[in-house]
Amino acid sequence: MSDAIPVYIHLLRAKDLIDREYARELDVPALARVAHASTAHFSRSFKRAFGETPHRYLLRRRIERAKELLRGTELSVSEVSLEVGCHSVGSFSTGFRELVGEPPSEYGRRWRATRPPPIPACFTLMYTRPRASSSSREAGRRGSG
Amino acid sequence: MITRFSHTTIWVLDQDEALEFFTEKLGFEVNTDATMDDFRWLTVSPRNRPDHELILLVPGPPMMDEEAAEQVKALVAKGALGPGAFETDDCRRTYAELSQRGVNFLSEPTERFYGIEATFRDNSGNWFSMTERSQEYATPTG
Repeated sequence: MSDAIPVYIHLLRAKDLIDREYARELDVPALARVAHASTAHFSRSFKRAFGETPHRYLLRRRIERAKELLRGTELSVSEVSLEVGCHSVGSFSTGFRELVGEPPSEYGRRWRATRPPPIPACFTLMYTRPRASSSSREAGRRGSG
Repeated sequence: MITRFSHTTIWVLDQDEALEFFTEKLGFEVNTDATMDDFRWLTVSPRNRPDHELILLVPGPPMMDEEAAEQVKALVAKGALGPGAFETDDCRRTYAELSQRGVNFLSEPTERFYGIEATFRDNSGNWFSMTERSQEYATPTG
């Protein structure tokens, strides 16, 4: 366990970077550099530490931020998509539907009809990243490393 | 400058059971109970002190991966975590009241250099101190 801690410290730096700069064009090699690791090694150890690949983590972060924008602003789906760093609205909508279970337009309409719940934004950031059964394929390999 | 601590996360094993413990056993009040998608934001505070909220949260994704969540739950259940200390205006009386309601105390009210202190666990396994501070160690602003 103690050997893992220095690795976690580096990996956390990359994870925090995703949480902070998800709207930028982030790619896995750039994240690996932040974590002082080769790309392949980085992806493997990120998944071992946090349960999903960095690519998947970034996608879920973007979808979570999109949910927040859909609840709290009047931005259109394509504006929201761009705002969270997804330059293809088509794949944004597909990814959203896959992770959230409904299209972004529907999600926004539903929440905009009511008042957003009084939950501090810092907690929605950390606790409402969508989790969906689509991650079970990734989760299947857990614990083998 | 940072002026004070306003929210503390308490890892619990079950939100409904923790809510029952903190309200019915400790006499706390619900500050907010709001659900968004599948996230339940549940906070409680000591009576008349809504300025410090305890966030009752179950460890789990997406904040933690499943493996980490299991580890934290195990630490809570094993009693390894002690989130902090409460103050009381009368340690012996509160001890008697809470004991009667079934709170699991680890130590009876005892004189310490900073006041009279008892310790207890919540129903998840978290360890807390409950102290009636001596005048010398009283908090400046209460």
